Amino acid sequence: MMELGPLILSRIQFAFVVSFHIIFPSFTIGLAAWLTVLEAMSLATGLPVYRRLFDFWLKVFALAFAMGVVSGIVMAFQFGTNWSALSERTGAIQGPLLGYEAFTAFLLEASFFGVMMFGRERAPRWFYLFSCLMVALGTMASSYWIMCNNSWMQVPLGHGVVDGKIVPEDWKAILLGAVQLIRWPHMLLGAFLTTSLCVAATGAWHRLRGEAWEDSHVMLDWGIGLAAVLIPAQILLGHLAGEIVHKYQPAKFAAIEARWQDEQPASEVLIGWPDARKAENLYAITVPDLGSFIATGTWDSKEVGVESFPPEDRPPVAVPFFAFRIMFGLGVAILALSWTGLVLRTLGGLEQARWFLWLTLFSFPAGFIAVIAGWFTAEVGRQPWVVYGLLRTRDAVTPSLSTPEATASLIVFILVYSLIYGFGAVYFHRLLRDGLTKRTRAAAGYDFHAERPQ
Amino acid sequence: MTAAEVSQAAPSFLALFWAGVIAFSILAYVVLDGLDLGVGILFGATRDPDLRGEMMGLIAPFWDGAETWLVVVGASLFAAFPSVYAIFLPAFYLPVLLLLIGLIFRGVAFEFRGRGGPSWLWSGGFWLGSALAAFVQGAAVGAMILGVQVKNGQFAGGPFDWLRPLPVLTGIGLMFGYALLGAGWMILKSPTRLRDWAYERAPFLAIAMTIFLLFASLLTVMQAHGVMSRLIERPWAAGFFLAGLLALWGALLGIARRHDASPLAFAILFFIAAFGFLATAFWPYMIPYSVTVASAAAPEKSLSFLFWGAGVVVLPVVLIYSIVIHALFRGKLRVAGH
Repeated sequence: MMELGPLILSRIQFAFVVSFHIIFPSFTIGLAAWLTVLEAMSLATGLPVYRRLFDFWLKVFALAFAMGVVSGIVMAFQFGTNWSALSERTGAIQGPLLGYEAFTAFLLEASFFGVMMFGRERAPRWFYLFSCLMVALGTMASSYWIMCNNSWMQVPLGHGVVDGKIVPEDWKAILLGAVQLIRWPHMLLGAFLTTSLCVAATGAWHRLRGEAWEDSHVMLDWGIGLAAVLIPAQILLGHLAGEIVHKYQPAKFAAIEARWQDEQPASEVLIGWPDARKAENLYAITVPDLGSFIATGTWDSKEVGVESFPPEDRPPVAVPFFAFRIMFGLGVAILALSWTGLVLRTLGGLEQARWFLWLTLFSFPAGFIAVIAGWFTAEVGRQPWVVYGLLRTRDAVTPSLSTPEATASLIVFILVYSLIYGFGAVYFHRLLRDGLTKRTRAAAGYDFHAERPQ
Repeated sequence: MTAAEVSQAAPSFLALFWAGVIAFSILAYVVLDGLDLGVGILFGATRDPDLRGEMMGLIAPFWDGAETWLVVVGASLFAAFPSVYAIFLPAFYLPVLLLLIGLIFRGVAFEFRGRGGPSWLWSGGFWLGSALAAFVQGAAVGAMILGVQVKNGQFAGGPFDWLRPLPVLTGIGLMFGYALLGAGWMILKSPTRLRDWAYERAPFLAIAMTIFLLFASLLTVMQAHGVMSRLIERPWAAGFFLAGLLALWGALLGIARRHDASPLAFAILFFIAAFGFLATAFWPYMIPYSVTVASAAAPEKSLSFLFWGAGVVVLPVVLIYSIVIHALFRGKLRVAGH
């Protein structure tokens, strides 16, 4: 039984604040690119619909960006306040990566974001478009450095150990390792898919209420279209990421598969209830030999089980097992939805198929849930290590941290985040619901003659 | 190495370079976000909705960029001096928590105010959050003057070490100092009666700041022997002190003559002088009085990786676009509806 001390409290706090935080980057990375596309289309075609959509999504972006910034500042200091032993031992590698994130990404996005929000009248149009592009590049650069950092924690490479401190030896391996080059695009596409579904869902919502026909048509086209193109690539990248786990983190792979003992050929547990005490799966539906095929592409490979690892090196099983299945299931659902949408669009009946519009509307959170589930798979599956094979989580926590301090900060963060993100959700809902309706647009002084008659 | 040898070891060029970048980033943060926080503090001094709305509008385009310098400070410390990062943040666990809470409420207020719901909460959060953030930053400076307890490369003090009389004085002093910067910003940027409102309050802010800082200096002389012994070795530090006094006088003169650019310019000069004075008092320590620039520096391989990419390429680009963007917003700002 784990004692409720600084270690477990810090872990809960980190999981709590990072789970809230990741919602916003996975939304704003795609939104910044979407806004750049809208502004470029508006410049190129001169059609008022693109400018209307830009103004609408800019408001959503501003809200998401502000909430992302404030929860991001919390992240920047967590490593020091709660994980100072980690910071001290791996700072020579993780520090420069996070430093580069601040220099190349945060300054860029924050500075040009000011132009995006308040510079329309002061800046020439090309400079305004350039500012949108810089914000979009900044969000993507940010994800590169974060994934670089995390990929190194998952599969450390290019380092040496001097006096107990972990120091860099080969930056190229750290920056451009195979693990990073698969995991970064996987996160990037996850973010783009999240935003695509949000855009499509917003289009569907307006269309279902008979509002903003032209705008919803554009949003459905871009949202569904982009999702349909990206999702096969995303599933492929997910498969490659799985191969990396199989190769470098066998204990995590066994946990994701809820495979307790070594098997040859290995079966695949489709679904079940992993019971850690009995080291078996209750109510499991299992397919023989499929586990070997998923792991190696052959039908008879030997696959290692969780119990083959020493007890102190075993990750928890239930969280990676379920989180992975949620992520994968949502990926398949997004594939089905977006390709159905493509067929409907080609046949010309997308906007009349109300069942499909409802489905699209309810797919709104699918990307967010998939991203969070993916992170839970990766992070919980890495336990009990914070840097895989190098530093255990229990040795990474701040030595001077007391239980009352850790309790106080956890409670404060839970209270403040509930308040801020509770109201944030209400404001998002209102903005997305009313932002493009006739009344709002009339108040903003837009011309409606371009609108198709109902 | 003995303690004397630690303080004698000369830092490498790269360590010096990064110490310089961090010093610059702290100064950039203090000036840029200091004036944002100052406007936030003054927001609490009026109930007039027009003035309040304009105050927020005057800093809305900049607060994000300004706050990012704080992240740059944190990230560069982590990058170039990881052991300082690993001592400083645990030593200030509760103040950092308060700072973050203050910044959260302050930041979301820009988006949440005027969207319905409890606007008293977002307005209150805006100025209280600004005041809280300013106070804990000032308190951290006071606590640094008193010194931080370190054992085996980790913080070894208690959770309330930072809450002593000197830190409280520097905390309140910085609240007034930031408010002075904020008033200077309003005077420079506002074309409306907000400018006159700020002119009326600026002298009071300057004098209140001076009184608190004088008391803090008195306590420093009495309690902080580490700082005092270094200042006696470096009598030229008095130059910074004099420059600070002159800047203060310049600010007051600018206020009296209603010269719109002077109060802010001289207030910034005052902060630069104060910063130089403190840097002289601390050098070569990054954590007084145990961790020096040389002893805390990351390995050369980390520092040079940072130097060639971030130092030589990225930072100049950052400076260029920061200047371009500030030039875009130069002159008086007309806030919508005012």
